[in-house]
Amino acid sequence: MRGGWPDKLSPVDAVLWGFRLVVLVLVVWGTIGTVLAAKYSGEVWLDFLVFGLSQGSIYALIALGYTMVYGILRMINFAHGEVFMAGAYTAYFVADALARSGHLDRYPLPSLLLVLAVSMTTSTLVGVLLERVAYRPLRHAPRLVPLIAAIGASFFLQYAFRGLYGSGFKAYPEPDILKGVWTFAGVRILKTQAVVLVAAVIMMLGLYAFVMKTKTGTAMRAVAEDLEAAALMGINVDRIIVTTFAVGAAMAGAAGLLYALVFKQVHFFMGFVPGIKAFTAAVLGGIGNIPGAMLGGLFLGLVESVGPILFLDGLGIVAPYQLKDVIAFTMLVMVLIFRPSGLLGERLAVKKA
Amino acid sequence: MSTGPRRWTEALRSGLIWGAVAVFLALAGMVEALAGRQVVAGLPSLGVLLPPLSALAAGCHAARRAAGTAAALVHGVVAGTTTGTLVAALVLTGSLLDLRRVFVNASPALFRLLLFDRDLEGAWTPVAAAAVAGVAGAVGTLLPPRFTRAVVTGLAWVLALGLFQELVQLLLVDGTVRTAIRDVLYTTEALSPGGSALVFIVAAAGTWAWATHRSRLHQWAAELPPRPARLLRGLGFVAIAAAMLALPLVAGPFLSHVLVLVGLYVLMGLGLNLEVGFAGLLDLGFVAFFAIGAYTVGLLTSAGGLAVTHLSFWAAVPVAVAVSLIAGVVLGLPVLRIRGDYLAIATLGFGEIIRILVLSDFLRPWLGGSQGVLSIPKPEIFGLELAGPQHLFYLTLAASALVALVAARLRDSRLGRAWMALREDEDVAEAMGINLVNIKLLAYGLGAAFAGVSGALFAVLVGSVFPHSFQLLISINVLALIIVGGMGSMPGVVVGALFLVGLPELLREFSDFRFLIYGAALVIMMQLRPEGLWPAAAVRRELHAGEEMKNVRGPAG
Amino acid sequence: MRRLQSSLILMTALFALVVWAFAPTTAAGQATGMVKIAKAQPITIAYWLVVAGPDASLGIDIRRGIELAIADKGKVAGHPIRLIGEDSGCNAEGGVTAATKLAANPAIVAAIGSSCSSEAVPGAPILWKAGIVTVSPSNTAPSLTAPDRGPGFDGYLRTAHNDKVQGRVAAEFARKALKIERAATIHDGSPYAEGLANVFAETLKKMGGTITSQEAIAPTDTDMRPVLTKIAAGKPQVIYYPIFTAAGGHVTRQAKEVPGLAQAKLMGADGMFSADFLRAAGAAAVGMYHSSPDLSAEALGPRYKEFLGKHQKKYGEKPLSAFHAHGYDAAMIIFAAIEKVAKTDGTGIQIGRKALRDALFATKGHKGLTGTITCDKHGDCADPKIAVYQTESADASKWDPGKNPRKIYP
Repeated sequence: MRGGWPDKLSPVDAVLWGFRLVVLVLVVWGTIGTVLAAKYSGEVWLDFLVFGLSQGSIYALIALGYTMVYGILRMINFAHGEVFMAGAYTAYFVADALARSGHLDRYPLPSLLLVLAVSMTTSTLVGVLLERVAYRPLRHAPRLVPLIAAIGASFFLQYAFRGLYGSGFKAYPEPDILKGVWTFAGVRILKTQAVVLVAAVIMMLGLYAFVMKTKTGTAMRAVAEDLEAAALMGINVDRIIVTTFAVGAAMAGAAGLLYALVFKQVHFFMGFVPGIKAFTAAVLGGIGNIPGAMLGGLFLGLVESVGPILFLDGLGIVAPYQLKDVIAFTMLVMVLIFRPSGLLGERLAVKKA
Repeated sequence: MSTGPRRWTEALRSGLIWGAVAVFLALAGMVEALAGRQVVAGLPSLGVLLPPLSALAAGCHAARRAAGTAAALVHGVVAGTTTGTLVAALVLTGSLLDLRRVFVNASPALFRLLLFDRDLEGAWTPVAAAAVAGVAGAVGTLLPPRFTRAVVTGLAWVLALGLFQELVQLLLVDGTVRTAIRDVLYTTEALSPGGSALVFIVAAAGTWAWATHRSRLHQWAAELPPRPARLLRGLGFVAIAAAMLALPLVAGPFLSHVLVLVGLYVLMGLGLNLEVGFAGLLDLGFVAFFAIGAYTVGLLTSAGGLAVTHLSFWAAVPVAVAVSLIAGVVLGLPVLRIRGDYLAIATLGFGEIIRILVLSDFLRPWLGGSQGVLSIPKPEIFGLELAGPQHLFYLTLAASALVALVAARLRDSRLGRAWMALREDEDVAEAMGINLVNIKLLAYGLGAAFAGVSGALFAVLVGSVFPHSFQLLISINVLALIIVGGMGSMPGVVVGALFLVGLPELLREFSDFRFLIYGAALVIMMQLRPEGLWPAAAVRRELHAGEEMKNVRGPAG
Repeated sequence: MRRLQSSLILMTALFALVVWAFAPTTAAGQATGMVKIAKAQPITIAYWLVVAGPDASLGIDIRRGIELAIADKGKVAGHPIRLIGEDSGCNAEGGVTAATKLAANPAIVAAIGSSCSSEAVPGAPILWKAGIVTVSPSNTAPSLTAPDRGPGFDGYLRTAHNDKVQGRVAAEFARKALKIERAATIHDGSPYAEGLANVFAETLKKMGGTITSQEAIAPTDTDMRPVLTKIAAGKPQVIYYPIFTAAGGHVTRQAKEVPGLAQAKLMGADGMFSADFLRAAGAAAVGMYHSSPDLSAEALGPRYKEFLGKHQKKYGEKPLSAFHAHGYDAAMIIFAAIEKVAKTDGTGIQIGRKALRDALFATKGHKGLTGTITCDKHGDCADPKIAVYQTESADASKWDPGKNPRKIYP
């Protein structure tokens, strides 16, 4: 369907192939250089891999909510990162109180569940308010208008929370049960990271099941297909959209808490960069595609962790990790050249509906 | 009509919403931050007035929906009182619990301010003040609209002249007439009571008179014979041109500097407008070309160690434009087949790539890394150095005029029409025989070239170039300004730049809340005027069709 | 409608012309070189710092230091002090905008700022052209007080430490006291950190050490494990990362989690020498080294602790960054200089701009929060005494520079 591009090799194709070739040569050259230099042992490579996957699962967690809202509404919710921040930041105060009173270590599981509940509730509240106040009136506006409103909302939320909670960052308490390392078959993984990885998989499966198997999920897909037709079929569109936002925001709240447990700092600006990364991950996987978001997140994490050392170190480039976003975005463009709608393609709704 | 229970709850709801706003403003620190800022000397400060102003809005909001005078007043009282009660509840909670553990601004000082400098026994004061304000709001909706408009305009002028007092006073530092005006209007830190009354009366009377005579003036203008009409229009243009030329002399260095910044964004906005507004290609990485223009001029003219050669500014600008143009095409190539929202992130990535590269240690030997490119000389013209912002204003003005002319010609050309077709429907455009590759690359290249001009001017304005100046925020700001101005509209770019760049610069002293207000303003703007402040003619026509649609759907909140 | 718009604009234009015609401008700037302040009127001091946007905590931290200095000082030469200010955005154009605005205000006696070196490079000359002297609490780039800095910087001083001094002391400590041979550095792309890391690396190399790798991160990065894993491959004995609290906390914590770095010593600078850092880094901070101005109680007495108490009372939180004390000191030396040069007459006081500048450059032996402040002829005022500390307890409530972290060098 997309693009009636001619099959014969146009000059553009030639340029694009040239571009691919250059990137490929650089990558291969860098890789060979790195491997030949043999600075890093096999174990170290394994560490890079594990670090990449765990960082990727955090991106994936945030990307899940991002992609879901996009899939249903076709709207880039630029403020998703701030929804994520709102939950984690607000839950900090509960976590801190629990840590001070010692409950966090005495009853770790109920305490963590309580903190999780606070985080998810706050995020849900912010997400639903956001939809009601900022986005709903713009549902029929031209395409870029909601994007600008979302950007505005993103600034507003950042600085609103800065005003409320202060501009310093807060250090999240560390529950004892999450300290330390697990080793599986020779692979070392931090407990917090393992928890994130598992949680990401569970949440992805849950979300997928919710969208695919439940009645509400079916209604969501119907709204995604055709908003007007869904309304004619008797679906309460407003309710479905609010539900979508609520679920997406709740996921962000959960992701926020997990993020805070891994990195142990919260700050009013903490959502912005992960928000953009999650957006990138969602695009990599194909926006609107739930397994795609997962895959995109993991891919992005891996590229950021392994890419600089593998491709750039061998080229003799100093301080390669400063350039990790350069690699990530170049990879993104490469993927989009080959597959203009992401690794797994857009919209899960179409196939099964 | 009777005030049924549903109506009552609506008034209550208005009160709760605005009460929440007032509590938020207090906890977010605005009340305390603005407590030192008086608009009119002798009156309570702006910070202290924030909760009653919220109550006023609540009263207005509630009374609008009420039927009948009495009902409106009652609703006003209910809404106002509710707002005030929430504020009082905040103070009471704060006195019982240590709210400060969570909310850093919930200090005893704040609570005293909310109680109008009273201790806890004054907890009734915010309620009473809010009730009065609520009634005032309700009264406002009952008076004839013309009257209300005059009063509101008068108050708005007082507020504006009070808020910007520092700037206005700076304009009035020297010259006998100016100092005389200043002494009438201002004390050291605020409007004087007499001055504010004067401003209010003049503005209100002006609005009233304008409302009375507007239709007559319209008619007079419409009935003018063609020759005098043309003459009038010609005179108008001459006057605008004269005013633009005289502007920096009147405005002084700071306002000129702000105008230069606005001009830089106008240049970028015109460039991005080619891509987004005309051709419909979303670009979130526009800052890249701005950076490329600035770095090119920096490296070609700098007196510092990184310079490649020591060209003059005039020789470096064409190079900068050419380099940016090439960069635009180079970006355009890989993203040619990427559509819509995918384009947003791909271009965003490009902007970040450029910023990271100029910052990187890898390229530091050539680009200076975080230490930047220093000692960029100012341009010279006929031996005169264009040093201060007042001089550079003319340079920016000339560049903007030239670029606007080019953009207007492009819009009305064959290429411009092809872009519009592309914007409306890519597949159809191609079917019509338009070469998509060429026109897309031209849009990216030319847009980038405009940004390159802007970057070149930026380099000489600042005199040094640092990677920190090229954040994602600039790309976002440029995109926002063309949407706020009106997509595809060239005057809209100017209006958008004034609104989103000029105004925040003037609000620099409210630094802590600049971005908060900026964000809220974007959201509100998009709701009130989704078509932009000065929409392009085509969009305006479409809007008329849309108006009917809106009526079918019913009022949207 | 169109026609009406143009006639409206015409009226505006005419109005502007009338104003212009009626009020001939004098030459811009402060012709007199003298600020007169009438009786009971305030003395205006201005800050230009980054107080909005992502780097806001840096500037707000300093502004709070200034505000506390004003509260402590009360009156200067019998006049109250009014603090006004501008956000300078931590970028060059923000510095120019803020400086241009301050320069246009003839009431300003002196300025405090900027926060980032990139703001000062274009901004300080603009202020000095208007006769306003400025003291920066957090610019550390060596070029700003280099002997060849140019006449535009004649009115520029700083209470912040020149990177040259601190980076050198850190390297000397590592080489001489810790007997380090191999070291790695990390910076965050800020001129401050990049400058320090480079000075450290160069000094260490001169003293016979080896730099295994020089890495860089972004201040917003959170996952430092990959870059630390890369560093670990070079087997450094010390990692020097003179960055700020947030990223510094991540590096400190994660260094313990990366195999191969368990033995490596960690070392930071004053950008993260605060109680907050202990919270950010947790138990991983124990044993870590910091270079910082000598803040120990024997050097300063109990004053810094008192300052922290006042800070908590007024703002409800701990200092946000590392330069509040420098801001306090900058304000205090300005007040001292004003008192030295203010001439009283019947109508109030007069402050000569040139005299104020000279008095500031003549500041000597001022007991500040960051040490004894003496300005040299290039504008460097910070106490050259840099100490190295080692953290013994990660409990933020026990933060007491000198005891914990314990001063161990010199």
